[in-house]
Amino acid sequence: MTLIDLTTLSGDDTPGRVERLCAKAKHPVRRDLLEGLGVADLNLTTGAVCVYHKMVPTAVDQLKGTRIPVAAVSTGFPAGMTPLAQRIEEIHASVEAGAAEIDIVISRDLALTGNWRAIYQEVKEFRKACGRAHLKAILATGHLATMRTVAKASMVCMMAGADFIKTSTGKEPVNATLPVGLVMARAIRNYREQTGHIVGFKPAGGISKARDVLPWLALMKEELGDRWLQPDLFRIGASSLLADIERQVEFHLTGRYSAYHRHPMG
Amino acid sequence: MKVREILETMEYGPAPESRKTSDEWLDEHNRQFDLYIDGKWQKPRPRSYLTSVCPSTTEELAQVAAASRGDVKRAVAAAKEAQPGWQALGGHGRARYLYAIARQIQKHARLLAVVESLDNGKPIRESRDIDIPLAARHFYHHAGWAQLLETELPDCEPLGVVGGIVPWNFPFLIFVWKVAPALAAGNTVVIKPAQLTSLSALLFAEICDSIDLPPGVLNLVTGKGSVAGQAIVEHPDVAKVSFTGSTGVGRGLRETAAGSGKKLTMELGGKSPFIVFDDADLDSAVEGVVDAIWFNQGQVCCAGSRLLVQENIEDKLIDKIKARMETLRVGNPLDKAVDIGAVVDQTQLDTIKRYVKIGAREGAQIWQPRARVPRKGFYYPPTLCTGVESSATIAIEEIFGPVLVSLSFRTPAEAVALANNSRYGLAASVWTENINLALDMAPKLKAGVVWINCTNQFDAAAGFGGYKESGYGREGGIEGLYDFVKPRHERQFRKRPFPLKKDDGSTAAEDEALPAIDQTAKLFIAGKQVRPDSGYSIQIKDPAGRLVGEVGAGNRKDIRNAVEAAAGSSKWMAASGHARAQVLFYIAENLVRREEEFVGRIRRMTGATAAAAKAEFDASIERIYTYAAYADKYDGRVHHTPFRNVTLAMPEPVGVLGIVCPNEFPLLGFVSTLLPALSRGNHVIIIPSENHPLSATDFYQVLETSDLPAGAANIVTGCAAELAQVLASHDGVNGLWYFGADNVCGALEKAAAANMKRTWLNYGKHRNWINPRHGQGHDFLRKATEVKNIWVPYGE
Repeated sequence: MTLIDLTTLSGDDTPGRVERLCAKAKHPVRRDLLEGLGVADLNLTTGAVCVYHKMVPTAVDQLKGTRIPVAAVSTGFPAGMTPLAQRIEEIHASVEAGAAEIDIVISRDLALTGNWRAIYQEVKEFRKACGRAHLKAILATGHLATMRTVAKASMVCMMAGADFIKTSTGKEPVNATLPVGLVMARAIRNYREQTGHIVGFKPAGGISKARDVLPWLALMKEELGDRWLQPDLFRIGASSLLADIERQVEFHLTGRYSAYHRHPMG
Repeated sequence: MKVREILETMEYGPAPESRKTSDEWLDEHNRQFDLYIDGKWQKPRPRSYLTSVCPSTTEELAQVAAASRGDVKRAVAAAKEAQPGWQALGGHGRARYLYAIARQIQKHARLLAVVESLDNGKPIRESRDIDIPLAARHFYHHAGWAQLLETELPDCEPLGVVGGIVPWNFPFLIFVWKVAPALAAGNTVVIKPAQLTSLSALLFAEICDSIDLPPGVLNLVTGKGSVAGQAIVEHPDVAKVSFTGSTGVGRGLRETAAGSGKKLTMELGGKSPFIVFDDADLDSAVEGVVDAIWFNQGQVCCAGSRLLVQENIEDKLIDKIKARMETLRVGNPLDKAVDIGAVVDQTQLDTIKRYVKIGAREGAQIWQPRARVPRKGFYYPPTLCTGVESSATIAIEEIFGPVLVSLSFRTPAEAVALANNSRYGLAASVWTENINLALDMAPKLKAGVVWINCTNQFDAAAGFGGYKESGYGREGGIEGLYDFVKPRHERQFRKRPFPLKKDDGSTAAEDEALPAIDQTAKLFIAGKQVRPDSGYSIQIKDPAGRLVGEVGAGNRKDIRNAVEAAAGSSKWMAASGHARAQVLFYIAENLVRREEEFVGRIRRMTGATAAAAKAEFDASIERIYTYAAYADKYDGRVHHTPFRNVTLAMPEPVGVLGIVCPNEFPLLGFVSTLLPALSRGNHVIIIPSENHPLSATDFYQVLETSDLPAGAANIVTGCAAELAQVLASHDGVNGLWYFGADNVCGALEKAAAANMKRTWLNYGKHRNWINPRHGQGHDFLRKATEVKNIWVPYGE
């Protein structure tokens, strides 16, 4: 729950929709359930709220006074096919609007043609544009086709200063898969061994059930260690996952299988 | 642990698999089990029982019957009686039963898995995800073989009663490896689980009972190896024994069975190399190491227990392995998140401890992770030994525990040399991202299984089994199925050699003005004609007692020299099939030019009629052609294993092969045995017909003119039985064929047990060599080869 980047990335997003999402981010689980778990006093929230640039002001406004960062997808998300200057400008605008995290996309055409130097330079410029905001580099692994390319893209983005590497936009034909996650986690480990720098990881897309998350948690724990089970180094990009977690929490407490309508929607 | 604490620590919670149903099953039997003989549960006579202990808790699980020799006798009698009916059921009928068993294993998979983990100590993750599903897979696969047997192996028939002796490390899986192919092929079975771990086999017998498997088809005799196991091996009505266990015990059993004519499959020990090159995906290799040596607490005959790492990445890999070892979870086998369970008993635990102590004393650095090991139960932590030299005890001996020893190498050639520097040869694992290097390494490793970038992969469709002292025979795949059948024509073999048509005896008379020029038949060793070490000659006479010629009296030292020559060259073995075919065709070409001389020689030595001698000569030419033809045609297979793997089954030459020719058919017997061996690239030491050796000594001139590389074929004349004994006792000889006149097979088999030589002996039964069905074909090619399975995973 605390690792979720609660996300809405839809063409029909409106301020009203985002307000509801932010409310959910602040109170992700029914209070009686939190009390049942004995964690009501921890003020648990989701890891972040993730929206398009246009919705950043609404989200920032709604989350004022909380520690929940607003993440903005950027740089011509999801395809990244807009002019470079425009992509950099997009970052500036989102940061100015109050986004604390910027999810950029890498240029898949450059990755598929092996132009790693160009990717490095782009991400480096994105990094610069982020200023104090965190940069999450989306590799769009569903487009990269092979493990080798995923590993290379991971390394290049980390070298260019990414704070996080992230699997997918959620718009590619294949989203976050465990084998790809394994390759990226090992790239993070490798980068740390070689440089001492610690980089976070974010799988996104298609993770919608509590039981889908467990292997990802185990992956982090086993490959990178417990440190990567905290929200500053591990996020899960998801929109409907939270609702399932709520159901499982209720089941855990009552022994009765729960239903979606028993939990406030986000 | 409270949710709050879990959020803080992010520790794994317990994830116990329930043992309730297993306990209920044990209780239903009052925790006491009898023998399953002739379709009935029978009390052992005398009523003796052994205790089965749970290694993780040390509690007593049940009492299991200790079969006596008499009980085994009853079981064999039941199996013998049931066999004709089981065979007569036909492939399809048997397939239906095997399919039912496969289904039943799946339906009771969880019970089988929990019982297995309770009884053996292996993690439920392994018994649930590997042992039991693979066992079901074996029955599906062999239901298929039963169905196809008459189509695919039309010239074969079952052996009769098959005995099985199963080890404690995979009590169910290896049990099934033996039962499934035996039943598929139409044999009936008497099988003994390991004394320590009988429960899953007993559950299996219940399953067979529940599907109404005909009585006597499967007979389960639990108990001690020294009593019940020994009784199975000694029983004259057991046609074959399939044994899995230690090399020491296997050797003893083989010595016991020597001379009985029993067929044996020996799956023995190993010290398998796990080779990591500097271009390997090291993170994957580390996970490979985990699967290689910490699978089943390292109690795996093919465990990758010898890590060979390229020197330039040694430190890096060792650091990664240590980091990984810190996260291995040792504990209750029934916890679903446990990696390493308990070893099987106190004795095995003591053995492991003793070896590690010896390792430390001999200078190895012993490293173990910080994680605690439960105090109660037979647990041993994962252990890494570095600074180990190839001379260290722990680098040589099989430890059979979670102990990895690490050595380094510089070049691929050195990796091969170190890998093969062992009496064992069960498996090898090679890690490199370079497919050229991987496929160059695979044939050079003397091991029955080579895993490229993977390890401990098993499947019913692929053969598993060893080279050298890791045993012989295969389990799985068509290569394994052949070990449970015999060629139908073997029934036609006779106790006396098939007779020749003989003349009235006047043929040897020659009418010449001048005395003939004396002829000197020498030995042929390393491509040279050499005089025998003894300095003696043997007179060769025709049936009427007239001198035909003389040959050298070969002795022990001549055999020694011949083996040196055969082992010292790899030219023929390394030659392509096409190259070998050319040489063999050329041998026929050069032989046919000397027809008159060879036919005359046969007649003079044997007294054969002109027609019979000519027939032998013609058959010899045809036989040479046959094996020249096969030189580039006896292909391997690509097995359909259900993983992302190309599994290549490659027939490789046995290596240095000793052959004793039949006494009859001086030329054809020589050609029929030498040529299949050469065709597959073996290097041969051949003992010609004892009474009529001159055709063979004439033949070396043909070899000399046919471009056969020196050392590929070596001919030593003399007393066949005596020379055979020297070959059988030579540790540098990999295989021995004996078709000689005297039945010395028992003594040969005993001597061959020392280095687990592959033997093919006639046990005093003679074939009619002129008959192609008896004298040539796939049988010979199979015996001239060993199948190596090479697993090559794919995916990017």
